[in-house]
Amino acid sequence: MSEHKITLTVNGREMSGYAEARLTLVDFLRDVLGQTGTHIGCEHGVCGACSIVLDGKPVRSCLMYAVMADGHEMTTVEGLEGPEGELSPLQDAFWENHAMQCGYCTPGMLIATHTLLQDNPDPNEDEIREAIGGNLCRCTGYQQIVEAVQMTAKKLREAS
Amino acid sequence: MKAAPFDYVRVSSIDEACQALADGGEDARIIAGGQTLIPLMAMRLARPTLLIDINEVDDLTGISVNGDNLVIKARTRQADTLASDVVKERLPILADALSHVGHTQTRNRGTVGGSLVNADPSAEIPLIAQTLDATIIAQSTRGERTIAAGDFFESAMATTLAPDECLTAVRFPIWPAANTGFGFHEVSIRDSDFALAAAAAQTTLDSNGNCQRLSVAICGASPAALRLSIVEETLMGSDLNDDAIKTACANIDDLIDPQSDVHADAAYRGRVAKVMARRAISDARDRAKGELV
Ligand SMILES: Cc1cc2nc3c(=O)[nH]c(=O)nc-3n(C[C@@H](O)[C@H](O)[C@H](O)COP(=O)(O)OP(=O)(O)OC[C@H]3O[C@@H](n4cnc5c(N)ncnc54)[C@H](O)[C@@H]3O)c2cc1C
Ligand code: FES
Ligand code: FES
Repeated sequence: MSEHKITLTVNGREMSGYAEARLTLVDFLRDVLGQTGTHIGCEHGVCGACSIVLDGKPVRSCLMYAVMADGHEMTTVEGLEGPEGELSPLQDAFWENHAMQCGYCTPGMLIATHTLLQDNPDPNEDEIREAIGGNLCRCTGYQQIVEAVQMTAKKLREAS
Repeated sequence: MKAAPFDYVRVSSIDEACQALADGGEDARIIAGGQTLIPLMAMRLARPTLLIDINEVDDLTGISVNGDNLVIKARTRQADTLASDVVKERLPILADALSHVGHTQTRNRGTVGGSLVNADPSAEIPLIAQTLDATIIAQSTRGERTIAAGDFFESAMATTLAPDECLTAVRFPIWPAANTGFGFHEVSIRDSDFALAAAAAQTTLDSNGNCQRLSVAICGASPAALRLSIVEETLMGSDLNDDAIKTACANIDDLIDPQSDVHADAAYRGRVAKVMARRAISDARDRAKGELV
């Protein structure tokens, strides 16, 4: 049973801690580093609540052991806010469109749709649904989430 | 759902991985994308004592064309393979199949080699390896060997890879592009789920529009992806009309062995497998004729 010192760059800040090899990345983020924005749902890869951006790409943080991420860079939902702690345009659109009810899936949904908009500023509905295809929501029926992403895309296009 | 304790080592070369496997004994396992192994460990269906992490081995990633083969190194991510222009151009059947493997987030970690070694009976990448007679390349401290796909997949979640071997690459034959087309069809409960049944086919037509080369395989209805040699032999030389395809695919009951589970019963899986095979072959025919993009 090996124990490891793990150093990650989380939302631009270097953070480190110790963990057994079997600790998943999401548990490490939450329990060791205190970054509790990322949620844990199923713990075996099916719900998407634990989504984070690892080295620029959305992945599930319950399907990595923390030690595997040593030396890597990631963005969690805490990293989406603006410099003054204000909501990002996407977060704001989730709020305006009632794209959440209980909020359990929200960090994962935000990460999935944030990375979608980075790659594709003008996604159609199919592309949005494909991007959240691995994220389960038991409350919203997904429609408002799709609308929030569409509103954000429109606002970002108008602003640029 | 937490994994049982284990030791972890990160290796930086194929040789180091092989040495760690040789030293680690039967309960040492390679971890690649972790998209199957980590859930299995969380559920304690797998309890390796040592994980050998190959994610930082640069020698294990990359896609290249070597003569008539497309070579994909084992740790190449499924997402990178799906996005690859050379795969889209030279091996469109694999690109199509990959779009059905999980979803963006699992493809960003999951690897081509991991899917082959995992050998899930419904998995798409092993299906394409069977369809095209791919060659698997494995290395251990004892040396390198190549294994034909037909000899590699043994049964559900079981391959002939030895416990001390690291899969290093897979070689897919590239068929001459002229008058060649592929088809891929699957039925799953949701887009990102494993197939209930799927089929892949590739054909080359001669100048009269008759079938001069055909490969067909199905998955989800047998312990491992299954080549339908009987169907291939029956259709060879024919014009692949819909009736001929239907008749040929009706004769596979003795070959398949579908299982019932919570998602679908055996009879349904068997029926779907046949329909998928028919559709895959007719799409392959239409693409070979340039009638379908
Ligand atoms: C939500 C979800 C949906 C999915 N949907 C699908 C789907 O539709 N279709 C599908 O096919 N798969 C699907 N998968 C599984 C797929 O994502 C995995 O990527 C794949 O099965 C295993 O690849 P991996 O790289 O993650 O391997 P790992 O999980 O790291 O390893 C799997 C096995 O292979 C061994 N291994 C890995 N690499 C090597 C190597 N180079 N040499 C020797 N042994 C090795 C490991 O020891 C382990 O036994 C899904 C997974 C999830 C979580
Ligand atoms: S907690 Fe990671 S996918 Fe459900
Ligand atoms: S808002 Fe409750 S699960 Fe999505």
